[in-house]
Amino acid sequence: MVFKDLWQIAKKDLLEFTRDRLRLVTFFIMPMFMMIMVGFIFPNQNSLKNTLIGVANQDGTPLSTQLVSAVSNLKLNGSTSPAFKVSDYSDISAVKDAIKGQKISGGLVIPAGFSQTIAAGDQATVTIVEDQSSPQISQMVDQILANIVSGFSGQIGLQKVNQILVSQAAVPGTKPTSISAESILAPIQAKIEGIIAGNPSYFEFVAPGIMAMIVMTAVLTGLAASISREKEQGTLDGILISPINRLAIILGKALSQSIRGLVQGAIVLFLASLLFGVTIHGNILLVGLILLLGIFSFVGLGILVSAIATEQETATQLLFMFQFPMLFLSGVFFPIALMPNFMQDISKVIPLTYAITALRQVMVLGAGLGSVSMDLSILIGFGIITLGISVPVFKRVITK
Amino acid sequence: MADNIIEVKNLTKKFKSFAAVDNISFEIKKGEIFGFLGPNGAGKSTTIRMLVTLLRPTSGEAKLDKYDIVRDQDEVRKHIGLVAEKIILYPHLTARENLQFFGQLFHLSKDEIDKRASRWIDELHMTEWLNSRVETFSTGMKQRINIVRALLTEPDILFLDEPTLGLDPQTTHLIRKFIRELNNRGITVLLTTHDMLEAEELSDRVAIIDHGKIAACDTVANLKKVVTNKENPTLEDVFLKITGTEIRDAATKAAPSGGHHFRPSPQNRVR
Repeated sequence: MVFKDLWQIAKKDLLEFTRDRLRLVTFFIMPMFMMIMVGFIFPNQNSLKNTLIGVANQDGTPLSTQLVSAVSNLKLNGSTSPAFKVSDYSDISAVKDAIKGQKISGGLVIPAGFSQTIAAGDQATVTIVEDQSSPQISQMVDQILANIVSGFSGQIGLQKVNQILVSQAAVPGTKPTSISAESILAPIQAKIEGIIAGNPSYFEFVAPGIMAMIVMTAVLTGLAASISREKEQGTLDGILISPINRLAIILGKALSQSIRGLVQGAIVLFLASLLFGVTIHGNILLVGLILLLGIFSFVGLGILVSAIATEQETATQLLFMFQFPMLFLSGVFFPIALMPNFMQDISKVIPLTYAITALRQVMVLGAGLGSVSMDLSILIGFGIITLGISVPVFKRVITK
Repeated sequence: MADNIIEVKNLTKKFKSFAAVDNISFEIKKGEIFGFLGPNGAGKSTTIRMLVTLLRPTSGEAKLDKYDIVRDQDEVRKHIGLVAEKIILYPHLTARENLQFFGQLFHLSKDEIDKRASRWIDELHMTEWLNSRVETFSTGMKQRINIVRALLTEPDILFLDEPTLGLDPQTTHLIRKFIRELNNRGITVLLTTHDMLEAEELSDRVAIIDHGKIAACDTVANLKKVVTNKENPTLEDVFLKITGTEIRDAATKAAPSGGHHFRPSPQNRVR
């Protein structure tokens, strides 16, 4: 009977929801908006396309021109357009002025005598000028420019060492050497091997987090808003004077919110793979299970808030207070390992953290049930504890 | 007494230290229309909410049809219908969907709900609106469907909390007539209203509650005897004589025990 009753409540809630055109539109638009925003706006190396930078080539020799064309021809990760669009400046102060005027995002200065210094066997210096007003972009620009310079410098080094080796071998009486120029300049080479093929982008890191976040916040605010709306408009009284189990009322509401949450999660997933090429390396059913348990871990909190808050607005504000820090501390956007210790401790008591970690393991690394079982157990634990507290509170509050 | 359908004994509801309902006792006879009157904030709605099991009393007890409002909540719920101050309908659903939903909460079958509703809907002239969304209804139409919703359980007792508030004279007339007819079919009605004419026209007996206490409870004819300075007094005269003329919301704070109130004589007091 409880199941039949809770299904009646859930069905009614879903029917009511589909009738509200505005709510329906936001329901679909919100995850799309969120995905598109994060996918396109968050800067990553792939998003550097035609970034304006300045070059002051005061040397003007073939060697320095070669360096400049290495910069202007660079294409990142299979992109068809070059990373930088280079404009010429006369000297370092002109480059700095252009950065101050926000005309360029960084610059490279090759001083006069650059090639000569190298030819004379000395160390030459080039200057990378950075735009400190935009740390994220300047960090990327700096890194890429530095990589180009060091690559270029490595090539010159190779040529030089080869020359030395050849000239040494030409000296009569010396034994032919088996040492290569590479083993002198870079005796150790790092080889990177991942769990999955290819190179996941920042977006693949962020997508599971966004999905979990959207589902949890939708369920949390949806549940609290639904209960307090019924309180305010008086319809909750109509349900409460019926002889159905009080548990069926909350669970029915939680069920309808969970169904909505899972649909939103599916939209996010679909968009992530369609627009941003995110691949799920693990089992899709496992992804669904993690989301479901994530919702379970949150439902209690939603019930508690809606029991305490008498008005819809209070409920929304109370939840916002929880959600805002949660977004930053649960590792949606930034890895938890990079946070200060006390924040890492806080993140451990947020269920979203475990949902996101598990989702990431499954979606990005293709982990199986065994690898995420600990996270899932913690989610179940959170759910049982918060429901254990919130259900009796809800029951008491609704019949004061 | 055997013919009492509601028996309230020393019922009290406190919100922190404030007693919204303060040790009240009264009985309602089976088949009666009982007018439950009082100024704003006097404790009418709180009393009703306790009787319909939406609020738990702080102390005292009440029985509806022999069922205790705390111990036998589910039995009480099966025997009552509630038309509360706020209309209990979902605006985005149609009238029929609303009735189906609330009926199924009482474990009635879909056919049974349709069958029960159709009779009342016809009498309240709502048949052609059955499949329209409630949000498109006027207040009067909403209230008519709201009453049908309350009748789905075929209640023995119907609680009507200001059922004609804000309605046009035509709908008011229709609903009053309908209440009378329901009563003729044996349904006991507890009616609260600020419309003294309505109370006088419909009620067999009236209780006046003020500051959480029952100030008077009797037939309208008997209550009128307390007004001695006027010929043919109305129920409004009685009401003002008993509860005073000071504005209540301000007076509640200033003088919680009441200013110059009529104190009912022992005969007029609650039985």
